[in-house]
Parts: sequence; structure tokens; C-alpha cells
Amino acid sequence: MGEVIVITSGKGGVGKTTTTANISTGLASMGKKVVMLDTDIGLRNLDVVMGLENRIVYDLVDVTQGNCRLKQALIKDKRFENLCLLPAAQTKDKTAVQPEQMKELCETLKKEFDYVIIDCPAGIEMGFKNATAGAERAIVVTTPEVSAVRDADRIIGLLEAAEIRNPELIINRIRPNMVKKGDMMDIDDMIDILAIDLLGVVPEDEFIVVSTNKGEPAVLDMKSVAGQAYRNISKRITGEDVPLIPLDADTGFLSKIKKFFGIQA
Amino acid sequence: MDLLEKILGFGKKKSSHSNSKNIAKERLRLVLVHDRASISPQLLDALKEDMLDVISNYMDIDRRGTTVKLDSDDESIALIASIPVRGMNKGQRGMRF
Repeated sequence: MGEVIVITSGKGGVGKTTTTANISTGLASMGKKVVMLDTDIGLRNLDVVMGLENRIVYDLVDVTQGNCRLKQALIKDKRFENLCLLPAAQTKDKTAVQPEQMKELCETLKKEFDYVIIDCPAGIEMGFKNATAGAERAIVVTTPEVSAVRDADRIIGLLEAAEIRNPELIINRIRPNMVKKGDMMDIDDMIDILAIDLLGVVPEDEFIVVSTNKGEPAVLDMKSVAGQAYRNISKRITGEDVPLIPLDADTGFLSKIKKFFGIQA
Repeated sequence: MDLLEKILGFGKKKSSHSNSKNIAKERLRLVLVHDRASISPQLLDALKEDMLDVISNYMDIDRRGTTVKLDSDDESIALIASIPVRGMNKGQRGMRF
């Protein structure tokens, strides 16, 4: 029996979709059977980030409304046989799916896959309820900003109310040199405020833009710092104990050389 | 001297230049006190008005200069009111006997 994990944040633009794509690809590269579920109906993006936008025939709403079989709607990844995507519908609205249907869908997918990773839409309305309905584990993504942390706090409260216990935190887009100068909240500040377990920290990395441009998740690039962070997070999800990457690793001259040659700390 | 300070203080200047993370932390802390207590600004305002009505039975207070807000330490939430007192209300209940 697999595990259903929802990736959520409250605030938009903090990197839920990027996180979903990279974690799912990371888990698949470790040999796990993974399915990604895009629940952002009307604003689907996960297909583009994964570079699978040209393969879509059916979507989530087609499945829940019985227009096609579940197998028909699952898109196989280009890189991994054991990775699939169930895309969101682009032309329908959020009320087209009900939480009960999502629960049922997750139950079915759990039997086939090791991990069901759900990309949750921003906000706390219907989309959030749908995305969390079938989830048993939650990962909250935030960035080191007042607005994002505030929304993360709200989401943590809502997850607890929905009886999804012990959500874990990913701090995304942290900038080590700003933290060093005292101009950005550091990891401990955010953990203190939100009082949840840390799953990982992803440094700001220009390579994410490049990888999204190409539709190839950064987790597969051995030179990307964010990719390294996502590889570590994927391992932690499976229960492996992996230490955090030291944050100033990419600022020194020596580590830049190391990075250039693809040597990882 | 001034020049020397400039040279010596050169390294320091950078680190003390803003430190905006503490501002972020403090603002976030206060916002979350309200969010977590789920007390709406309207409720807080109604509470403030009622409180001031009661207090003005006893004292002459500056309603405009009054602030009512929530704050917290690690364990508890406190309601903090700052109410400037102009003087006692003569002839009111408190002074009657």
C-alpha cells in the first residue's frame, strides 16, 4: 500500500509545483513507483514543468466524471517508466471535483503506486479541500518571507483540522548571503515560528528557471544546488536520514570550483 | 579621527546596515498572534469601545489615544490596552461615598 502526500502552501508562487515535480522525479529515480496528481483545476502547470504538456488527452475531471478509465488518463513520464502524471483539467472549474471523489481516487492509486504526490492549488477553498481529502501526509512549502510564512501557519492549522497530522516543512528559495547579512529569516527562525518538523531547505538557484524552461526537473541535474536539495528531500521522504546541505556551501570560491566539476558536499 | 573611524568602521558598516530579518520576525509574530487566536479586527474594535464606555464611567480618558492589541509570549496571549487618563470623573460612581 502506497502513501498519499499533499504538497501545499497557502500562498501562491512559493514553488509547490516545482517541488512536486522534483520530489516525484527524485523518488522515481530511486526506483519508486510514483504518480503525480495536479489538482489545480483551471490553472494546470505541473504538465509544463514536467515537459509533458503535449501528451495530455484526458484529465482529472474526465476520470472523476467517468469519461475515461483511470489508466487512459495517466501520462507516462519521458524519463522514468515508473513515473506518471494525472493532469488537472484546464477548461473546467474547481467545483467539477468533490472531496469524496478525490478520496476514492487516492485509495485506488495507492494500491498501484508507492507514492501518490498531490500538487495542491494556492488558497484555502475548494481546491485545497479536494487536494487534501485523500492525503495522509502533508508537506508545507514556504519561502523566507512574512506573507508566505503567515500563510503556511494558516495552512498548518487547516491541515490539523483536517486530521492530517505532523505536516513537514520545506523552506524554498533561501538566499544564504542574505541570511548571513541578517536580511532574510533563517531556518531556525521559521521552524521556531511554525513549530513543525523540517523536511528540507532548497537554496535559490537560477537553474530552476532553466529547468522549467526546458521541462526537465532540476533534481536530475548533478550540478544544481536546488537539485541536490531535492535529491536529499526525496531520500528523507523514504525515511533515509540525510543531513542538511550547509547553506554557505555555494558561496566560497572552492565550492564554486567543486560545483563546476560536479562534486557535491 | 573621522577618517580613521571610517577606515576602521568600514567592515562594521555593512553588517549593521539594516538587519531587516528582525523586523520581519517581529511583524510575523504579531500577525500570527491575531491569526491564531482568530480574533477579527471588528471584534477587537467592539471590545475596545465597550471597554472604554465602562472605564469612562470612572475616569476621564482620551479615547483617541487608546490602543488595544494582542500580544504573546511563548505560552500565553495577552490583551494589552494603553488608555491615556486625563483625570478622574468627579461626581461619578467612584467618587460618591
